[in-house]
Parts: sequence; C-alpha cells; structure tokens
Amino acid sequence: MSPLLAVADVGKRFRGLVAVDRVSFTVEAGDIFAVIGPNGAGKTTLFNMIAGVLAPNDGTITFRGERIEGRTPDAVCRLGVARTFQIVRPFPGLTVEDNVVIGALLHRTDMAVARRYARDILATLDLFEKRDFRASALTLPDRKRLELARALATDPKLLLLDEVMAGLRPTETDRMVDILRGVNRDMGVTILLIEHVMRAVMALAGHMLVLHHGAPIAQGRPEEVVRDAKVITSYLGAEATF
Amino acid sequence: MISLWGDMNRRGQVVVALALLLLLVAPLGATRYVLSVLTLILYFVYVGQAWNLMMGYAGQLSLGHALYVGLGGYVSAALWVHFGIGPWLGVFPAVAVAAAFGAAIGWLGFRFGIEGVYFALLTIAFAEFTRIGFDHIGFVGGAGGLFIPYEEQRLGQWWNLRGSQLFFYYLAFALAAAAVLLTALLARSRLGYQWIAIREDETAARALGIDVFRAKLKAVLISSSMTAIGGVFYAFYYNSLFPAQLFDMGRSIELILGPIVGGTGTVFGPVVGAFILTPLGEILISVTEHLGINAPGAKAVFFGLTLMTIIYLVPTGVWPWLSRKLGLARRRP
Repeated sequence: MSPLLAVADVGKRFRGLVAVDRVSFTVEAGDIFAVIGPNGAGKTTLFNMIAGVLAPNDGTITFRGERIEGRTPDAVCRLGVARTFQIVRPFPGLTVEDNVVIGALLHRTDMAVARRYARDILATLDLFEKRDFRASALTLPDRKRLELARALATDPKLLLLDEVMAGLRPTETDRMVDILRGVNRDMGVTILLIEHVMRAVMALAGHMLVLHHGAPIAQGRPEEVVRDAKVITSYLGAEATF
Repeated sequence: MISLWGDMNRRGQVVVALALLLLLVAPLGATRYVLSVLTLILYFVYVGQAWNLMMGYAGQLSLGHALYVGLGGYVSAALWVHFGIGPWLGVFPAVAVAAAFGAAIGWLGFRFGIEGVYFALLTIAFAEFTRIGFDHIGFVGGAGGLFIPYEEQRLGQWWNLRGSQLFFYYLAFALAAAAVLLTALLARSRLGYQWIAIREDETAARALGIDVFRAKLKAVLISSSMTAIGGVFYAFYYNSLFPAQLFDMGRSIELILGPIVGGTGTVFGPVVGAFILTPLGEILISVTEHLGINAPGAKAVFFGLTLMTIIYLVPTGVWPWLSRKLGLARRRP
C-alpha cells in the first residue's frame, strides 16, 4: 500500500539560502511521525510546504496518491490535511464552540449537524464546559487544545502539529500527549509533528526524522535515532538523557 | 426564520415585535415631515445593512458604496426615462451592473492581495472614476443630471414607483426589514461563519479549508447587489440624479456611519445607528436654524462632535452596549 504522505527530494531556497535541502520521507497511515532538529533546521519551512503555505523549489509532495505541492492552504485542507500554528491563532472574538463550528462546516453544510459535531470534539478535548467562553479568554493550554479541536473538526486524515507542546508545563504536556494518542488511536488520524519537547516526542512518535541545516541527518524509530552519533552531537547534546 | 425568533430571549422578542408594530402604524400619527424622516431612516437601515454584510461580517472595508447606489439609481432611471421600462423590471439590470462593478473591484482586490486600507482606496477610486465618467455621459444627462419627469397620469402607479410618501415609507420599511432578516439568516449560515472567520484571521481561515477568495467575492456581490436596489429606491424617491451628488465620497461615508455607530458585525447595529444619526442630523438642522447660526458647516461640526462622543463612549457600537443594558443578549463569560 502506498504511504499516506510521501515527501520526495523536496527543497526550498530563500534568495540563495537553502532552508530545506532535498528532504525525503514517507508517513504511513496511522503513524505518529515527528520531525525534530535545532532552531533554523528548516522544520517549519518543510511543514509550510506540506500545508500549502509555501511552494517548494524542487521535489514532490504526494498525499493519498495526489500531488499537493504548490497548492493553496485551503485546497490542501479540503483534501484532508489539517494544521495547527506554532503561535496559536484561534478566532479571538468568537466563542470556543463557534471556533470549532467553523472547522466542522468544511465538510458539513447543515448548521445543526456541524454544531453537534463540534460539541463532540470539544467533549473529547475537555473543552465542553468552556464552549461559551470567548476564545480570547482562554489560558494558553486551553487555546492549544482549541486549536487542535478546530483542526480536527475539518475531518483530517493527516494532522500537522507545529510545536503544539511549546509553552506547556510538564503536566500539561503529559495531558496533551494523552489527547494526541487518543486522536491517533480512536479517531484514526495520522499525525505529523514538529516538536522540541523530546519527552513528548519519545512518548508519541512511531517514526522520526532529524533535520540539521535543512538536510536530513537521521531517520527511523525514535530509539534508534536518539542513539545516532550525528544526532547527539548536532542536536541532543552529548549528555542528553531521557 | 422560526429558529431565528426562538433564539432571541423573551425580552428581545418583545422589543423587536413592538418596534415592528410601531413602524407599521407610524403613518397613522405621523406628519408628512416625520414620515419623510422615517423613510430616510429606513433607507439608511437598508443600505447600511448591505455595507455591514461586507465590512461587519466579511471584514472588507468599502469606502465607495455610493458607487452601487449611483449605478442602481442611474441604470433604473435611464431605462425608465429613455425606454419606459419600469423599475420593477429595471431593478434587474441595475443590480447586474452594480454587481459587475462589485465583481471587478473584488476580483482586483482579492486576487492581487490588496487588503485593508488599500482595498478601501480601490473602492474610493472606482466610485470617483465612475462619478467623473457619468459627468460626461450625455445619455444620462452628464453633470447636468438625470430627471424622472413628473407625470400627472402616472400618479399612484405604485408598480412604477410613482407612489405617494406613504407608499415610499412602506417600501423602505419592507426593504429594511428584508435586509435585517437576510443579515440575520446569513450571519448564522455557513457563508456567514466563513466571513467571520476571514474577518477574524484570514490565515487561520485558509488553514481551515475556507476558499477566502470565493467567500470575499460573494460578500462583495451580495453587498453591491443589495445596495443597487437601494439606488433604485433613491432614484424614484428623489426623481433627480446628479453624478456629483450620488457618487460623492461623502455619500459613501454617510452610508457607513449608521452601522459604525450602531455596531458593525451585528444584526441590529445598522438599525440602531440609522435611528440615532438621521434624526440627529434633522435636529441639528432645525436647532442651527432656530438659533440663527448661518455659518457654513455649523451642522457638520456639531454632527462630528456628537459622533466622536458616541464612539468614545461605546467604541464597539451602541447596539452591543444597549442590548447588554436591556438584557437582550445572552451572557458570555
């Protein structure tokens, strides 16, 4: 069976600066795939190319057998790729519920159906009690979960998470890990995440890719990758422990 | 519609029902002057609501809505004067022409990423170009204006909009009520939610699969079409059209003050705004006349000061504040 997402020889240059240099990897349906690497390694650029924000200079991105590189973000989302933003951007003036309703309306035309679905998702993500709050009134961890809820409401096959753990305390991180596990297992959503919090990556990822200066330096199962000498020197540091 | 009514709380329903009833029976007790002011108010409710859909909901600032009023008015009036085509039929080409201009502005703006104030400049530019253009189109009278002649034998032909003040009052009432209802329905529709998402955060809206270009274009098309119908009303109510008057920037501003004062992005904001501003303008005229202040612009100064005070006191509009005070809105943490 062909993979859900296949990134092949993708490259992106900004005025001669190589941000992403011939990166290839595949994500199988049902997997949780992590992309890690130091700041400036090209993770977000790679991510933005998959999400349709940026068009790659070279290479192809194939999602469910369809080429998606260079398409617009809304077209990519309609195909089944949802994303969250590193700096969360809920619709501040709307209620929590209406934020999620907007996502749910992508594949639902009936308002009542969309609202019911939005409430289901809010319940799954522990936000149901806060559904009438304005999004701007939420705390950061709540806003992160809201952003996740909104993305899930679009019925994605693949969920792109851009540093969803950043700014969370360890207990909140563990809660998010549990939620993401549930999303992956119960809702059947494949997850591709960019993450700095190694604790979360090790708990979640089935496979991972390490980027350094825009190029892949290691790929595979987490327990293999973290023992890789290049990864340790370039990113984790010699004394990294988990 | 039923769910619309059901969503309001008891007090809200009573207030809306009372207001509708009052407006329906108003002609019984109103003088001709009061009726003309009420007609003007309802006209501003209507066009303000059209603008509100585009700015208040979809977040696209148009400062050139006079363009659509003017086009609607001119097309329908010219068809009537030159070809004897009545406004009930003429309204269709009038709407089509205005919508075509709206589509052109929308396409240029949204395809090429002209946003915010630059988009507003584009709308002003179109209105100005059109004004200059109409100054030189002899067919519609050029700068000298286009007049719908007074014809004795047509008096009372309400189907040709040759009715009395009373008729125009009820027509304005129907237009305003329809606009409010349409806004309420759109606001809770899929398209309405897409507009609000775009208004709040365009990047996030795109990431949720919303075709931003299409949604914005729909907003301009609906708004310009609605406004053009207002233009048809204007033409047959006033019977005289001058480019310098119809397409003037001041006209575009006048049209948007109601929704801004009342509260953009709300269903009743443009209603409340029009009911505050139009009478205020009338009162200021009579007060300055009474006091014998003949200085040019005196009315405008007072009007401006009042506006500033209102906006300072209730920056998000009178209606959101009022509905909170009167307990008409659902409470939100």
